[in-house]
Amino acid sequence: MAMTDHAPVFLNRAEQKYWFERIPAPWWALAAVLVLLPFVANNFWLFQIMGWTFILGMIGLSLMFLAGYGGMVSLLQMTVAGVAGYMVAILGPSGAASVSLGLTWWIVIPAAFLIAALFATVSGALAVRTEGIYTIMITLAIAAAFFYFTRQNYTVFNGYSGFNLVLPPALFGVNWRDPIPFYYLCLALATLSYGAVVYASRSPFGLALQGVRDNPRRMAALGFNVTAHRIAAYALASVFASAGGILLVWQNAQIAPGTIGIPAAIDVLVVAVVGGMRRPLGPFIGAFIYVILQVFSPDILGFFGFSAERFKLIIGLGFLAVVLFSPDGVLGLWDRWRSQRQRPDADDGAGGAA
Amino acid sequence: MNAPVNLQRPVALGQTNVSAGNALELRGITKMFGALAAISDVTLSVQPGERRAVLGSNGAGKTTLFNCITGDFLPTAGLIRFFGEDITVFPPHERIRRGLRRTYQISSLFAGLTVIDNVYLACRGVSRNRFSLIRARRDDALVHAAETLVEAVHLTADKDRLVGELAYGQQRQLEIALALSGAPRFILFDEPAAGLSPTERTDLVSILTTLPSHIGFIIIEHDMDVALRVVESVTMMHNGRIFKEGRPEEIEDDPEVQELYLGGGHE
Repeated sequence: MAMTDHAPVFLNRAEQKYWFERIPAPWWALAAVLVLLPFVANNFWLFQIMGWTFILGMIGLSLMFLAGYGGMVSLLQMTVAGVAGYMVAILGPSGAASVSLGLTWWIVIPAAFLIAALFATVSGALAVRTEGIYTIMITLAIAAAFFYFTRQNYTVFNGYSGFNLVLPPALFGVNWRDPIPFYYLCLALATLSYGAVVYASRSPFGLALQGVRDNPRRMAALGFNVTAHRIAAYALASVFASAGGILLVWQNAQIAPGTIGIPAAIDVLVVAVVGGMRRPLGPFIGAFIYVILQVFSPDILGFFGFSAERFKLIIGLGFLAVVLFSPDGVLGLWDRWRSQRQRPDADDGAGGAA
Repeated sequence: MNAPVNLQRPVALGQTNVSAGNALELRGITKMFGALAAISDVTLSVQPGERRAVLGSNGAGKTTLFNCITGDFLPTAGLIRFFGEDITVFPPHERIRRGLRRTYQISSLFAGLTVIDNVYLACRGVSRNRFSLIRARRDDALVHAAETLVEAVHLTADKDRLVGELAYGQQRQLEIALALSGAPRFILFDEPAAGLSPTERTDLVSILTTLPSHIGFIIIEHDMDVALRVVESVTMMHNGRIFKEGRPEEIEDDPEVQELYLGGGHE
């Protein structure tokens, strides 16, 4: 953002650069670190910390897409991820052989995405006619209903125990649950999801979605069908949540009602808010902070003689601090810090325009 | 077409030979808010290319009339035809796609998007591929159309700024650019001069008088210097009813009008 603030109006030459020339240096550095990480990090970091960060980040990204661009705060995204994850377990092979159908992966994975998209579209159609707090309430209600349904239904969802031994297919002879392949799989899907959101945000659909966020009534007065745009946003966001949900099942090798309970749904909201909902990078930053806190706070708490269960307290306090001091998350803090540092020359531009 | 149950059509309509030659035709439009009639029995026709002012004190029902025409509210009773087509119960976006446009009294823009993106959305709204996930190229016809419109309302220097950061007068200019997007056939201007400086008002008059002659409009405006210089006919409203119609100079000289409106020193 700050980089384009001072761009002169007619920048034809600069805009004719190739796309990779327009990516600033810090992004190349981040990409290099992420690609080379397996050479320095141990398996715990690759599989548990980074794997979980990417998964949570992708589910948070689907919330960011709806909330940041569409103005719809949905508590449903963990449930959408759960639907996709459950479909992989139900349609494919698992330890619960009497329930799972054991179909082959090239049917299971597309079917999981499709069913989750259908679920998100129908739920979205229910939710989009409400605004603000009511959207949160109705999506929370659907999430709770699905959680209790999976816990009580044994014929399809195998009830309380869920499914274990849900493993990724050994494509190209690789065990994708090994830490290094799993890390690269997560990195690749997270990068694709991130890129898709960045690209879509400047497409006609993405711009229209931001228009719906800023002023739905005016969008209708410009010829847009606001309801249809909102529902389509739920469908598109489901793709990122589904990818995260499937990876989550493979990482844990199991899925059970607890995976998609209300606390998990709220964690996704926390992740997106802490990182920042204005930009697609936010949920990944939020997810990294969340995972680091969750993994390491028990040690620190234990050192001071508290129970490891109290890590939620630390996350809750962090959440409160972010909401109070930087409503646009950690990325918002960063933006403000940068614009303060650039204040001397920023004054010239802003002064002339005001 | 499914008319809402409470939508009563005037009985006389069956016998009337409705002319398809009118750009906009209202018959017996009534809008009740509870027991209060915001507008009652408004009948009005506007020719293609005609420019008309709707005047009246605050609360006369002018903006409610606009909301009924654009479909923000459904009228309680009555019929609306747009170039001969019955649009009474169409949703707003269907009316817009048929060439109807409006501006808002209080600027109604997309504060989180840039000037060019605002206009681009307006152009996209009335064309195909509204759901496209493919980014527009720089040589896209709609991007070009948006840039032309931004230039027409003198905002080229600010086209990459966020709309929320624009000065008030600039937002009013952008409001007009949005209404001019696509192929407008008829525009409703809701107090376009409100809050503008004298220089900006002169600018506005020049923008309105240089509109292509096939585009008709209705303008609600309290500033008579603006309103009467850009229209050829005037409709006076009072308490939700049409009270007088005529040419600008007739209305200006009418003693009843002067007593009710011009002399009232309201606002």
